[in-house]
Amino acid sequence: MGENGVLLLLMIDATVRVATPLVLAALAGLFAERSGVVDIGLEGKMLGASFAAAAVATVTGSPWLGLVAAVLVSMALSMVHAVACVTYNGNQVVSGMALNILMAGLAPTLAFAWFSQGGQTPMLGPGARFAPIVLPFAEALAPVPVLGAIYGRISGHNVLVYIAALSVPLVAFVLYRTRFGLRLRAVGENPQAVDTAGISVAGLRYRALLCNGVLCGLSGAYLSIAHGAGFVRDMTAGKGYLALAALIFGKWRPLPTLLACLLFAFTDALQARLQGAVLPGLGAIPVQAIQALPYVLTVLLLAGFVGKAMAPKAIGIPYVKER
Amino acid sequence: MITRRQGALAAVAAACMMVLGAGAQAQEFVPALVFDMGGKFDKSFNEAAYSGAQKFKKDSGVDYREFEVTNETQREQALRNMARRGATVVVAIGFAHATPLQVVAKEFPNVKFTIIDGVVDLPNVQSVLFKEQEGSYLVGMLAALTSKTGKVGFVGGMDIPLIRAFACGYRQGVVAVNPKAEVFENMTGTTPAAWNDPTKGGELARSQFDRGADIVYAAAGATGLGVLQAAKDLGKLSIGVDSNQNHLHPGSVLTSMVKGVDVAVYNAFKDAKAGTWKGGIQNLGLAEKAVGWALDDNNRKLVSAENEKKVNDAMADIVSGKVKVVDYRAGNSCPAK
Repeated sequence: MGENGVLLLLMIDATVRVATPLVLAALAGLFAERSGVVDIGLEGKMLGASFAAAAVATVTGSPWLGLVAAVLVSMALSMVHAVACVTYNGNQVVSGMALNILMAGLAPTLAFAWFSQGGQTPMLGPGARFAPIVLPFAEALAPVPVLGAIYGRISGHNVLVYIAALSVPLVAFVLYRTRFGLRLRAVGENPQAVDTAGISVAGLRYRALLCNGVLCGLSGAYLSIAHGAGFVRDMTAGKGYLALAALIFGKWRPLPTLLACLLFAFTDALQARLQGAVLPGLGAIPVQAIQALPYVLTVLLLAGFVGKAMAPKAIGIPYVKER
Repeated sequence: MITRRQGALAAVAAACMMVLGAGAQAQEFVPALVFDMGGKFDKSFNEAAYSGAQKFKKDSGVDYREFEVTNETQREQALRNMARRGATVVVAIGFAHATPLQVVAKEFPNVKFTIIDGVVDLPNVQSVLFKEQEGSYLVGMLAALTSKTGKVGFVGGMDIPLIRAFACGYRQGVVAVNPKAEVFENMTGTTPAAWNDPTKGGELARSQFDRGADIVYAAAGATGLGVLQAAKDLGKLSIGVDSNQNHLHPGSVLTSMVKGVDVAVYNAFKDAKAGTWKGGIQNLGLAEKAVGWALDDNNRKLVSAENEKKVNDAMADIVSGKVKVVDYRAGNSCPAK
């Protein structure tokens, strides 16, 4: 295995780490949007979850309790969104944005009040975070050429990375192979038909948003107690919006969404390695140009290769039973 | 009746006078501090300023006012509010305050302003600059002396000449020890948000460790916390910045490039109180003991006596002028690679 092969494996490794929160958040968005509820509040829910995870992990020393707290907080925020948008037919973009602004302010404020460290939580020790998991046989296979190196890279991530990887087929299965999934897709396309069939539109959307909360919570927890070690103000840094972009990019389908997340993450990993690199004939590329790369690529791909993004038909429209 | 009313009025007036008098007295000396993005507890740059101000509070018994900037537009407001509400001396942390301070300092010619890491050429502004390249040179030497792979890394915060000066000094130090050494250099971003993105910092550090670096120097405010964490997680070494960060991960932080922001803040407050505060530009380096490298119980085991001596000898050479460390900001270029 040549040096370039190793480099590629390392890049893939970095891609997986960066993509994990995006994948979880994008799948969360998929549940909401497929049911017909716009979810621009992914960012805020992730932020709330990452704070809850870090705060609880700090106090209890257990990452699992932190994870539970993150999921509960994120589900609670999803329910706020659901009450505003589904029960009271509020504007879904406004409600989502409100969640973002609320959490951007509330999380550092609570952190300040509870931990007095200027809007951060204390740094977490090794026991209070999700540690890398070494998969079985990773060491035994290590001497095997190619396979050993590849399996060595698959092994050694934290539990949330594997959960994210498994959640993609799981979500696809739920969406395309279960009764709930069929109804979910229907309610996002044609809620009248669903209602006529005697199924509660609001009930379905509530359940979709509960699933949304769980996944968003996992995504937020990844940032503060798995990849990072503590909550910092605005630590999501636009990942919620990026996940939403990936969802649209992936045309609201699980597998293409996963690929979109991986693409975003790969360009991110690429730009970290391209900085200061000297290309033959071009010389060193300015940092700014490289950092713009993921965005340029996104625009090019969206404009040229993806084609028309077909949103669920009923998205953004509150369902009113009788006019 | 009239006399009673007059009496009451007089009493009210007297009370007002007393309140005003007390107010005027409180206004005699009010120090104020405006932090940079990244927050007071970034364990690095801002925290150094905070500890300087806390020391002043403890020594003098005078409390100070403070504000943490969380977005760019707040800088000018914060400076103006501090000045308007009667601050005697306002210390602004970070180069980005230079532009708003240019405006605010003109509006309040009687208020003393001190800016750290920036230059504002006005009579009532004291600009404090540091020779970060000198401190970075020393930690660069130590990195090259300690590295087993001959490859070391640097993660900067926002891509600005100041951070390039850190990187350039570091490179010069590395190359002075090992001319063949490779230095990986990454900047986190081009906006002030780059000071507060530990996730990205950790990812950049990992990319450098992946390429064979075994020591990474973080000059990135709170973003650096992610760098230090990544080094700890991977069993590698890191170098902290601004504050002494050795205690964050004992045994994993090789050393810290300490910058005397705390001393600068303390002195600005103390001098203003004593009436010896002067405007103008100060450029502080190793000779003034304003920058340096940190050696304490937490990293004692990582630094051999031999390496310690080499670094301290280089420090003496820089102070005496025998070794010249080039400042990136002087010509916007770096002699080392």
